[in-house]
Amino acid sequence: MARTAPVPAATDPALIRNFCIIAHIDHGKSTLADRMLQLTGVVQSRDMKAQYLDRMDIERERGITIKSQAVRMPWELDGTSYALNMIDTPGHVDFTYEVSRSLAACEGAVLLVDAAQGIEAQTLANLYLAMENDLTIIPVLNKIDLPAAQPEKYAAELAGLIGGDPEDVLLVSGKTGVGVEGLLDKIVRELPAPVGDPDAPARAMIFDSVYDTYRGVVTYVRVVDGKLSPRERIQMMSTKASHELLEIGVSSPEPEPTRGLGVGEVGYLITGVKDVRQSKVGDTVTNLAKPATEALGGYADPKPMVFSGLYPLDGTDYPVLREALDKLKLNDAALVYEPETSAALGFGFRVGFLGLLHLEIVRERLEREFNLDLISTAPNVVYEVTLEDKSTAIVTNPSEFPTGKIHEVREPMVAATILAPNEFVGAIMELCQSRRGQMRGMDYLSEDRVELRYWVPMAEIVFDFFDTLKSKTRGYASLDWKPDGDQVADLVKVDILLQGETVDAFSAITHRDKAYAYGVMMTSKLRELIPRQQFEVPIQAAIGARIIARENIRAIRKDVLAKCYGGDISRKRKLLEKQKEGKKRMKMVGRVEVPQEAFIAALSNDENTGKDKAKK
Amino acid sequence: MPSVLPLGDPAPADGLLDAQAAVGAAERPFSLYIHVPYCTVRCGYCDFNTYTATELGGGASQAEYAGTALGELDFAAGVLERSGLPAREVSTVFFGGGTPTLLDAAELGGLLGRARELWGLAEGAEVTTEANPETVSPESLARLAEAGFTRVSFGMQSAVPHVLKVLDRVHRPERVPQVVEWARAAGLNVSLDLIYGTPGESLADWERSLDAALACEPDHLSAYALIIEDGTKLAAQIRRGEVPDVDDDDHADKYEHAEARLSAGGLQWYEVSNWARTADQECRHNLAYWRGSDWWGIGPGAHSHVGGVRWWNVKHPRAYAQRLATGVSPAAGKEVLDDGARYVEDVLLRVRLAEGLPTATLRAEGRAAVAGLIADGLIDAKAAFAGSVRLSLRGRLLADAVVRRLLPD
Repeated sequence: MARTAPVPAATDPALIRNFCIIAHIDHGKSTLADRMLQLTGVVQSRDMKAQYLDRMDIERERGITIKSQAVRMPWELDGTSYALNMIDTPGHVDFTYEVSRSLAACEGAVLLVDAAQGIEAQTLANLYLAMENDLTIIPVLNKIDLPAAQPEKYAAELAGLIGGDPEDVLLVSGKTGVGVEGLLDKIVRELPAPVGDPDAPARAMIFDSVYDTYRGVVTYVRVVDGKLSPRERIQMMSTKASHELLEIGVSSPEPEPTRGLGVGEVGYLITGVKDVRQSKVGDTVTNLAKPATEALGGYADPKPMVFSGLYPLDGTDYPVLREALDKLKLNDAALVYEPETSAALGFGFRVGFLGLLHLEIVRERLEREFNLDLISTAPNVVYEVTLEDKSTAIVTNPSEFPTGKIHEVREPMVAATILAPNEFVGAIMELCQSRRGQMRGMDYLSEDRVELRYWVPMAEIVFDFFDTLKSKTRGYASLDWKPDGDQVADLVKVDILLQGETVDAFSAITHRDKAYAYGVMMTSKLRELIPRQQFEVPIQAAIGARIIARENIRAIRKDVLAKCYGGDISRKRKLLEKQKEGKKRMKMVGRVEVPQEAFIAALSNDENTGKDKAKK
Repeated sequence: MPSVLPLGDPAPADGLLDAQAAVGAAERPFSLYIHVPYCTVRCGYCDFNTYTATELGGGASQAEYAGTALGELDFAAGVLERSGLPAREVSTVFFGGGTPTLLDAAELGGLLGRARELWGLAEGAEVTTEANPETVSPESLARLAEAGFTRVSFGMQSAVPHVLKVLDRVHRPERVPQVVEWARAAGLNVSLDLIYGTPGESLADWERSLDAALACEPDHLSAYALIIEDGTKLAAQIRRGEVPDVDDDDHADKYEHAEARLSAGGLQWYEVSNWARTADQECRHNLAYWRGSDWWGIGPGAHSHVGGVRWWNVKHPRAYAQRLATGVSPAAGKEVLDDGARYVEDVLLRVRLAEGLPTATLRAEGRAAVAGLIADGLIDAKAAFAGSVRLSLRGRLLADAVVRRLLPD
């Protein structure tokens, strides 16, 4: 612990170290961060709760970090007090952009790998991202207290990946605290100090912004040049919007206002804005009176990749859902939505997400924090459809797929990286091929671990790919992907018809080769889920006017209680009232009564969980 | 009666009825139901309130039961009088169970005699007892007729031994024609009860049962689809996979066969599960239930209904006997039906009758549903134009759906 910590706003950049921790989801990043908070004395042991920095309940429950944080910690080495800024990064592929901005705020990264498991695909992807950003990497093996730990093996693997000597890989245990002091020392010794021009116009990069009910938007920044001070007016360089700096400070880890932030420092800003969209991750903050001419690079607008319709189970909850989305949006710059009407599901919203985990988190927050019961339609990616007349349409909802003569359909592609023991290479190649993937390359990371690179349609990978991959590799494979262009593909819309009426909620866009399988799967699923009606109900799957699959729900023939005597009448009346209640929960598709449970069950893809959820 | 009692309001200890019970009572017939809660064997499908032990003690033993039930008859007469109900003769009496014929004919006759003393029996009153074929003799049937019984309903259930076995019925099929003959010799009208859709019963089995029943030339026949009630032995056997579950399509097939055979055999349906040779031979006691008349149910677990006030007795014979012994009403709970509930019951009961439900009694949404019901072939178009909702054959099998469409959401 440092005796005299450097004072914010007056700290020599030479005494600052900015770093992040790159780790796979359960390789122990949060536990290591907890130990650092304790060792540096910013959190007293008695205040310690596990995963101190993860604010949202969902984060703590799932053990993942969605929003990043920055904590300033003092650390003393050889009689000099330093200020360490630890910038936490999201651990999920849905949030790659946020990761890249967090990395851009650092000079170095701790590469944290489970000593019993070795490096995983996402960690590798983030490592490459860090290396592209010229970060100094400190390789660390965690969980060396585990009996299954193989530090020698994985140290060699890490050394092979980043260059260097296996001896240089630090061995720590976040759980017991072994090696953590040495790691802090090494951070001071090996990471470069930030460099910037203190006299230039202020430039600070936003790497996170969070909505707080009481304080409005809290924006986390890394100052590159110049200085930011309280009460001055600042400007967002992408939008030119200006705000008064009501408060500026550092987190350690509770917010502490300061007299400003200087070159190389990391801290937070409060301007009183209410919407995180006014404080976009990647944007550059400057001084309105003395603005910088050039923004820091790397800014990009968040782009939703996956769309799904969200509908309240109870139609009267629609205004509640709208309000809830409006509130979530304040804290989630990537969330986009617009009202949508489904003949089958009523009023709802088409919502765009960064990925499936993002979808799940939003859905879970809507259900948990706003007490909503929701139906979500099968998620789909964004297609670009060009018609014969050369007009194009962007399709985010299968029911909007054009019906006219189609010239071509383009689908988004991803570059996927899979790491696995080499015994699974065959199974992985088979899976990728069945998902229309094209191999881009393959490398051996070590004697028995392989990196495979594929170009795969996003639609094939975002839903159940990861779970299938896991089951085919007994859990050993890891996956990372990033959007990578698009391709023309033979895609068709499959409609599902109940008694001749299209049920918009069940329409899907698939590759022509898979249309039949989807049609058969949906029609047989629905046949099980929809109760028999007073008339026969054909369930059909169709591409345009062509029927590709058909099932029948036979008409119900008996719906009468045989016996009705004096002692039965009350019971019968109550049964009838119950049946009437049940009918109110039915959705009508034409004349067909479809229970909501059938919609939920038909739309729930048991495997479409997020990439990493299965591990928890 | 189902073994689970409804949830209702507390019933008063003195048994006094709410004021609405007396409104218009003079216009309504009055019936008695007398429950006899004993059987020698509990059938696998049965969830009725019945006991196979003869020694329940405390006035609840089989030997003491007639005396206890006499007590409730006296109690009933007092309550009706004190509640301001007009004196009415009893138009129908029905002894059900359990197995009423486990009581001696003299005991049954004694109960009937007490009702006659208390209220008088109407001219041509219908007096029925249920009977298991094994529990009657020519003599006992003759004594019942002598005591004033007019009708006996035999629990035939099936003519096929393996079906009877699944049902746990102990009688031999060939016993049925014999007891029918004895009953007829005693001057009693005869009804037979059949059950269809028993696990393992083939369509041919069912036809055999129908033919055997028709060969007895009954005046009346009830055919009930087997309902698997929770808590019965049969429900457990199905849950464990020992016998196959019942199937609605099988029930529908068998119902259609029953209608064809029975009508060809000279029986006319007058309620979803009931057929009679002539209108006179329809069971007037059951019609009283379906038309919402007044009845008092004697015995443990028995339900009563007077002018929209319904109550039900405590279930166990011992508790029942103790209540009566201390002069406390045996009612366990009651409900007072409001207009809405009475309308619902009226529709759901009367739609099941061949005489139909007068469209004039329907409320707006019910009248609006009539055209759709005709279009779907669920009710008879001609009857509808003549002013009543009368189920078609298909409608009889879907009667509950028809009721839901007639009633408000």
